[in-house]
Amino acid sequence: MFTDILYIWSDSPALSLAIWMIIAIMLLYMGRPHAHQLLRTTGRALHRALRMGAASIRQLENRLEQRNREVLLAQGRESAERSIEREFQRVNAIVERDLGQYPALHRKLAETLEKIEQDYRDSTDNAPLPPAWAEVMDTVQNLPTSGDPAVNKVLDNIRQVIENSHQQTLKAYQKNLNERHRILGRMQPQWRALGSTMDKVHQTITGLDERARTIDRQMDSYESMRRGDDRAVGTLTSSSLTQFFISGLVLVIAAFGGLINFQLIALPMSEMVGGDAYVGTLPMSDIAALVIIMVEISMGLFLLESLGITRLFPVIGNLDDRVRKRMAIAAFTILVIFATIESSLAYLRDLLVIDQQALQQSLAGGAAIESQFRWIPSIGQLALGFILPFALAFVGIPLESFIHSLRTVLGLLALGLLRAVRVMVRMTGGMADHVSKMLVNLYDLFIMAPLSIERMVRYHRETAVRQAGGEQDGTGPEAVDGEGRHRGAGKPGPADADLAPGRA
Amino acid sequence: MTVTEWVRNEETAPRAGRPADRKPETLMEVRKMIRNGFYPFLAGILALMLAACSEPPDNNRAVFLLIDISSDYATEMDKAERLGNYLLGTLDGGDSLAVAFIDNSSFTERNIIARQTFERQPSTRNAQKRAFQAELGAFMERFSVPSYHSDITGGVLLARDYLEETGAAEKHLFLLSDLHEDVPPGVDRNVALGLDGVRVHAINVKRQRVDNRNPRGYRERMVDWQRRVEDAGGEWQIVNDVARLDTALALR
Repeated sequence: MFTDILYIWSDSPALSLAIWMIIAIMLLYMGRPHAHQLLRTTGRALHRALRMGAASIRQLENRLEQRNREVLLAQGRESAERSIEREFQRVNAIVERDLGQYPALHRKLAETLEKIEQDYRDSTDNAPLPPAWAEVMDTVQNLPTSGDPAVNKVLDNIRQVIENSHQQTLKAYQKNLNERHRILGRMQPQWRALGSTMDKVHQTITGLDERARTIDRQMDSYESMRRGDDRAVGTLTSSSLTQFFISGLVLVIAAFGGLINFQLIALPMSEMVGGDAYVGTLPMSDIAALVIIMVEISMGLFLLESLGITRLFPVIGNLDDRVRKRMAIAAFTILVIFATIESSLAYLRDLLVIDQQALQQSLAGGAAIESQFRWIPSIGQLALGFILPFALAFVGIPLESFIHSLRTVLGLLALGLLRAVRVMVRMTGGMADHVSKMLVNLYDLFIMAPLSIERMVRYHRETAVRQAGGEQDGTGPEAVDGEGRHRGAGKPGPADADLAPGRA
Repeated sequence: MTVTEWVRNEETAPRAGRPADRKPETLMEVRKMIRNGFYPFLAGILALMLAACSEPPDNNRAVFLLIDISSDYATEMDKAERLGNYLLGTLDGGDSLAVAFIDNSSFTERNIIARQTFERQPSTRNAQKRAFQAELGAFMERFSVPSYHSDITGGVLLARDYLEETGAAEKHLFLLSDLHEDVPPGVDRNVALGLDGVRVHAINVKRQRVDNRNPRGYRERMVDWQRRVEDAGGEWQIVNDVARLDTALALR
């Protein structure tokens, strides 16, 4: 069919093709204005439509960004509130623990001070030694002797009496002095106790001061979040991403733990459940083992939730403290029961493995070998079966972090995706515009022969018209225009391409 | 802002919407929540129970071991026991195993030494394997007189019927023989084998004395059996070294 049409003009393919090309060029030349209009309007329409699409995506992007920001700030505020609340609880604990005993402390201080005061008073109650005894003694010693034996005897008696009185007074003085020293010595432990008590008070006050500073820092951060500062948003985003990766890593570790747990109880569960029941492609025993692990994880979640460690279920968090306590006890009890069951299953698994090994040895033709330390893996499996459920119970903590940070990560991913789509749409619009221009030029390139002829004809016609006008004005063809250029001397430039038939 | 200022602000600021202001849920509300969640939970359990009643997936294996007890091959009984033990150690719960011998006329029930479909419970399965091993061992001890003829085709037909009966997804036929068929007169074995989906493993194909003089005969016997098996829709594999069973056979 195509060959028939090709050879319609001549048997020579080159000649026939040339005729067809000439016809095509002529047709394209005649349809040039319409073709240009079609190409340009299509290009512009695509460009505008895609630019509008990009603007819509930009709006969506802005909305999503705003929403992400709000969610992030809300999460940050909630977290900050929890931290501040916890700090206040710690302050409360310090106040209750230390300052709650302040009346007793005060009483102790008052008693100590009273004792010290009493001791001080006791040490000052006794009158001091009369200071004139030494002078009296000196005066009596220095009295002149008269030679009269009777007078001398009287004087000796007086000296003797005074000496005795002096000795007695000195003894009383020394005794009194010792007593006061004893009282003052008794005050020493009271002083020390007073110092120790004051140190305690100082420590408490210092601890409170540090807590207050921590609360101030957190309050600054909280205020920054309330204001919606960019710095706060940046910090929260970075924190969320870190939390996402860390909690994801811990969840992967927990998943491996769950896998080991499953391997530990799958074999004994097949012994217990047995049968040929299947759900899909999974045997019922495997599903039963999975259910046990899932229930353990759920109980762990409820336990953590009831204790207020995680806040995944607002219903549990809003329950009365007494109900939450009961729920925690119930979850812990169920967890212990399941851990015990799993431990017994792990032991059953060990027995089954021993039986299997004995059979394998029998099939291999060897005698059964009694291993000396076979009890070690048995005990190990028993312990592992008991501990793993409790270890898995803590999966709620990373799970909560993961879920909270997942919102931020998904929001960032969606934002990135929207940005990429917007850039692609804008680029496609720009490309459509450029491609339409390129096609217009290609079109003209294909029909350049008739276009060149048209330009030449136009040029000669204009030159002839100009020459005729020049002769009439008397300036001639070499006339110079106002800017000093020779009019009509230039060759048709690229701007002449616009003088196409459609635009003429 | 210090703590004191914050406390002052908090005292004056409205506190609507704060979680601490919400009243704790009452027990009635909790009960309502449980009641609302109970029916979907019950429906889920019922759906699970219904699904549990479904048929097990068809991924079991069925293995038939044919032991040639003709006079030329009767000395290889230890290899038969070894192969039997290997298969017992390999098969899991839900798999089936049968062992039969090839003699003058092998297409009879009396040729089956033991057969068993193993339970999924590990202890029961181990007990079944021990009983199977005992039956196989008892046959090996009882065996003393080799058969004069060797009806391999009859044994293969017997195995095919057993393998089809099990309905297993994987069917294996282990042929412990020198592949030299010697059907007694009056026995017609010119029937189609019909081994669609059966993988035939020729184990320890022993060379006969006559093969020493004419090795082509040994090769022709194997090629002939391969052609017969493949024409009947089966797959053919030769494992001559029993010690290489682990690497040569891939039952899974």
